[in-house]
Amino acid sequence: MVAIQTRAEIQALLDQVFDPEIPVLTVTDLGVIRGVDIQPGLIRITLTPTYSGCPAMNTIEQDIRAILASTGCAVEIDTVYAPAWSSDWISDAGREKMRDYGIAPPEKDTHSKKVLMGADPTIECPHCQSTQTKLISEFGSTACKAMYHCDDCLQPFDYFKCI
Amino acid sequence: MASSNHNLSIAQYAIGLGDDALTLGHRLSEWCSHGPYLEEDIALINISLDYIGRARMFLDHAATVEGEGRDEDQLAYFRDDREFRNRLIFELPRGDFAETIARQCIVDPFYVLFFEALMQSKDPVLAGIAGKAIKESRYHWKHTHSWMLRLGDGTAESHQRILTALDEVWGYHFELFEMTDLDRELLDAGIAVDLAALKPKWDSMIDEVLTAATLTRPEDTWRQSGGRNGEHTEHLGHLLTELQFIQRAHPGLQW
Ligand SMILES: [Zn+2]
Repeated sequence: MVAIQTRAEIQALLDQVFDPEIPVLTVTDLGVIRGVDIQPGLIRITLTPTYSGCPAMNTIEQDIRAILASTGCAVEIDTVYAPAWSSDWISDAGREKMRDYGIAPPEKDTHSKKVLMGADPTIECPHCQSTQTKLISEFGSTACKAMYHCDDCLQPFDYFKCI
Repeated sequence: MASSNHNLSIAQYAIGLGDDALTLGHRLSEWCSHGPYLEEDIALINISLDYIGRARMFLDHAATVEGEGRDEDQLAYFRDDREFRNRLIFELPRGDFAETIARQCIVDPFYVLFFEALMQSKDPVLAGIAGKAIKESRYHWKHTHSWMLRLGDGTAESHQRILTALDEVWGYHFELFEMTDLDRELLDAGIAVDLAALKPKWDSMIDEVLTAATLTRPEDTWRQSGGRNGEHTEHLGHLLTELQFIQRAHPGLQW
């Protein structure tokens, strides 16, 4: 008979699963875990992808399975598309870690922003906090990032796109 | 049984949408290491990845509702060209950079409008995919829009080349708005999008960008369609040769 895991125990395990592309962020920071359903002998995780073609999602799914295997429970992972993932779901702790890692976090509150079609937002340099920055490319090293340049410290940096 | 016919219709609809995304995703992926400069190379590959991701979601949904034991990989890798249902514009060769941007200029505003409408679909998976994809397509359009301005309002040569590229692809845009019997059947069921209804909005988005880019709208002198019936250009076979090669040579290979 397998013991029923507590939510806190499961959460502690999930907090050890990191985004393979931004390895300071846990899957919880990223906001891709939309549900944890715990039943005797079974853990059901609901996951939503960040971007349609994000290659990290397969790795994340495998990593979740691997870490939850230690509970001895069966693991089911459901991928859902709705509601669509939003960068608003990245936790405040995640934003802080991202900045320390050298990536400018996304602006908050996508709904009130004209970021998608309107004027470019002002992005703060994660290295020196200057707002004298400019967009180099809307697309960066991964699907979720854009490339910026800081006019003060002259460093290039990644900006996590606001979607 | 009525409900299983209905499921087959949904599967067919999703296959069409998946094939559109798969063929365009493949064409854009051909830019990998051939982009005009590094940042643009990366941009086109990111956009390609969004399309391939959509193809996976649509084909996975098709395989699920079809219920014949096929999966997304079998649909992508083990159908021949006449079984593909993508519309012709998506299979055209990538061409030069102007031709790639000209196609995106037609396709991006279409998808912004299409996914807005598909989000209202009574099929929750299609609506969910649309809710995800629309954010990406808005972003793609922003990218293409800025390139239209740079090319159209750039040098005499860039102006001429984007104009020629638009002319060459123009006759393929009509097919995006053509309603097949399947479209009509599923529109009545609240599942499919009324494509013809998107045209006026698309026209105004196109006119806006062409005017801003100092470009003249091509004339509607020719049109070509047939992809939804499995009638393709010669280019699709060549595309599939490359796309399907590894799975055909080593069926079921995983890595
Ligand atoms: Zn700086």
